[in-house]
Amino acid sequence: MKGRCVHASPFLLKEMIVLSAARLTSFFSFRVGGRVWITIAALITALVLAPVLSLVAIAWNDTGNLWPHLIAYVLPEAMADSLILLCGVGVLVTAIGTGGAWLVTAYDFPGRRILDWALLLPLAVPTYIAAYAYLDILHPVGSVQSFLRAVLGYHSPRDFRLPEIRSMGGCILLLGFVLYPYVYLTTRAMFLTQAASLLEVSRTLGLRRASVFLRVALPLARPAIVVGVSLALMEALNDIGASEFLGVQTLTVSIYTTWVTRSDLPGAAQIALAMLSLVVILMAVERWARRKQRYATAAQRSRVMSPQRLKGGKALLALGTGLVPVIIGFVGPASYLISEAVARFRFAGVSVTILSEIRNTVMISATATGVALALGLIIAYSSRINPGILSGILGRLSVMGYAVPGTVMAIGLLGPVTMIDRFVDQSAIQLFGRSFGLVILGSGAALVYAYVARFLAISAGSMEAGFSRISPSLDQAARTLGASASGVFRKIHLPMSKSALAAAGLLVFVDCMKELPATLLLRPLNFETLATHLYGEAARGTYEEASIAALIIVVIGILPVILLANVGRQKRAIGSAGNV
Amino acid sequence: MNRLSAFRSILIGGVLAIGTSGVAMAAELNLYTTREPGLIQPLLDSYTKSSGVKVNTIFLKDGLAERVKAEGSSSPADVLMTVDFGKLIELKEEGLTQPVDSAVLKAVIPEGLRDPAGDWFALSLRGRVLYAAKDLDLKSFNYEDLSDPKWKGKVCIRSGQHPYNTALIASYIAHHGEAEAEKWLTGLKANLARKAGGGDRDVARDIMGGLCDIGVANSYYVGLMRSGSGGPDQEKWVSSIKVLLPAFENGGTQVNVSGAAIAKHAPNKAEAVKLLEYLVSDDAQSLYAKANFEYPVKVGVAADPLIAEFGTLKPDNIPLTKSAVFRKKASELADKVGFDK
Repeated sequence: MKGRCVHASPFLLKEMIVLSAARLTSFFSFRVGGRVWITIAALITALVLAPVLSLVAIAWNDTGNLWPHLIAYVLPEAMADSLILLCGVGVLVTAIGTGGAWLVTAYDFPGRRILDWALLLPLAVPTYIAAYAYLDILHPVGSVQSFLRAVLGYHSPRDFRLPEIRSMGGCILLLGFVLYPYVYLTTRAMFLTQAASLLEVSRTLGLRRASVFLRVALPLARPAIVVGVSLALMEALNDIGASEFLGVQTLTVSIYTTWVTRSDLPGAAQIALAMLSLVVILMAVERWARRKQRYATAAQRSRVMSPQRLKGGKALLALGTGLVPVIIGFVGPASYLISEAVARFRFAGVSVTILSEIRNTVMISATATGVALALGLIIAYSSRINPGILSGILGRLSVMGYAVPGTVMAIGLLGPVTMIDRFVDQSAIQLFGRSFGLVILGSGAALVYAYVARFLAISAGSMEAGFSRISPSLDQAARTLGASASGVFRKIHLPMSKSALAAAGLLVFVDCMKELPATLLLRPLNFETLATHLYGEAARGTYEEASIAALIIVVIGILPVILLANVGRQKRAIGSAGNV
Repeated sequence: MNRLSAFRSILIGGVLAIGTSGVAMAAELNLYTTREPGLIQPLLDSYTKSSGVKVNTIFLKDGLAERVKAEGSSSPADVLMTVDFGKLIELKEEGLTQPVDSAVLKAVIPEGLRDPAGDWFALSLRGRVLYAAKDLDLKSFNYEDLSDPKWKGKVCIRSGQHPYNTALIASYIAHHGEAEAEKWLTGLKANLARKAGGGDRDVARDIMGGLCDIGVANSYYVGLMRSGSGGPDQEKWVSSIKVLLPAFENGGTQVNVSGAAIAKHAPNKAEAVKLLEYLVSDDAQSLYAKANFEYPVKVGVAADPLIAEFGTLKPDNIPLTKSAVFRKKASELADKVGFDK
């Protein structure tokens, strides 16, 4: 338009002026747009960091002679145990997660469609429930071992029993088989959108399918694998229920003991922060190691690969292998819960309060999921359009909430939340002469805050991985055509990362629903969720009464899994039509 | 006539308004508890029924003190309810409670079972007792015997870091000193049939399964399992055990409490005191005995027959208010001997 003002001039000159003017305006609006995005991202990060900072304040207090004791008797073993646990779980979730994802994307066989979503099912089972179920199933006095003894001709568990499940090995196996879906989910999304051309080229260059997996697909999927594995590992590291049940003395168990049994909250905060710094360093090293690599493929003509059809024995083998993690991670605990819940139902019926607990659980989890997704999108997008040190740091900081054990995080949150609550309450008393109670704690908003602060890592991480599949050339093209930063986001990134968004939503929702420590500490009066109900029963040893609530948690957790599977399938259909 | 009736209706309306607003203010009470809802709800329901006061509850576990402290003067908490002497003492030390001067509470609750200044009150008792295989020839037992090598590979117990065990170890320290306690704990650890862990009911289950011969657990679980409220499986477990009331060599059975305190900033203090007074009434105390199988704190209210058959409870001569100072040491000892490893 501006070019028109230029009087009679050669065509070329006119063109050049138009272009440079456009570039100038686009440059300007880019800066402004970018600055808005990054300011919002900084605000979000501050909100997430508030509880961590309040932990730092707590840790500042005197703890007497805690550290000599810890160093002498606790930390060496706790560190070693945590490390072994993380390595074991890390290897297991990577193997099962990526293997499963490759199986259902690179091959086609009868049952693949079911396996496609069934592999996600263990997500619906909280680790503490799985641990409890297997402890009971495999108890030396339980049915499995009694049966084995009868077959082998032994009479007493003193003569013969299986290796103790309450051990490091048991804990690694259990967490591995329950947590692998984090890797499966992120990696599968990656494989589904991975450019077929790359894989086909490697095939024509003589690689076998297995080698394509190891040498091309896997390295290409590294950002997704890293996101998945770090989510799984942080779950494993921060887990208190399963480790405690299975008698593994991790750092988190020490934090807990220091706080609860020795009433030393500052000491607990110190251990937690030390652990957090370790996690942050590890994550920074991983980032640094792949700083120069790029994972996006050129936008044009990117097709997804077509799966190879398997027949006969091979198909059966594929299906059988794929079902193993589903059976161990889901079918086992779920059928245990069903049989327990049925027995309980026959024995004592079901309490009416469970309906309100279901409503509370779904409502609060859904709200938190919505907020976490929106904020995660903002963080991921702002770091994409401002690829600088600042946004990198913001992106890393915003996930800190996930690297702190939930219990500790909840304590950290109490400070900032009640500060606002008390301020509002006291102002109300001064202004209106009456108290309105605690606004954030009393309304349940504190729970949403806690979930978001804790699980933002999941949504931001998944979105970032999703965005990394979109070639920057698309952004550049759109910007050159005059789109604003927000416009590019709306018209390109959002539609193109729908499946990543759905995956993130599922993970966050299910995690909110399973979350226990923050829910317990920060909920309003008279407000029970399925998880707190379950805990209330389990804490007094009446596990059987908890089985119905546990089963409902699992069932509700399955619904989004199925929803997500459908999103994935549409994506695949679109992909094969060549529209991606 | 007309004026009179108008006047009267205003008067009635005013009285009603004052009356109802008074009721609205007093008709609710906020309870923060670390006791599981299943255990206290029957008591609260019965209170609401008799008094018309609605009790709002929140079940918190380990963060009760932290939450009340953070809420500060805006806290809606009226009553704080928890188990374990140590925790009650801590609530007072943290400045979260306030003294109560109630003739009823003083008259009913024996001296060692309430704070001298009236900052907390015990409401029920439980013993840390011995579960033993039914056919075992065992008539009496001392806690000291747990480290006797003759029980090697025959003892089951939960985590050494669980408050119930920390309190037991603390009592041992109070009786014998730290060095002896460490020896004892090392010996007990060496006697374990399985890794320390699980819950108190698991002790009964493992004895039934032949995994161990004896174990230490709380008294009320026996009642809960025997009464059938835990389901048919647990009735089977508990049928394989008998219960002994162990004692320290120079003392009695280790006894802990559940109790309550009035929150420092309680908005409904008068109502809160009434709830505590109700909880030591004959009705409530027999509910504690019958529904939860705890020992009533009130003299004259009988324990449930399922519990009474263990024999007469003779609480230790060093009260837990004294031994509670050793809790931290006890927890450190459990780390030191690697009790849970």
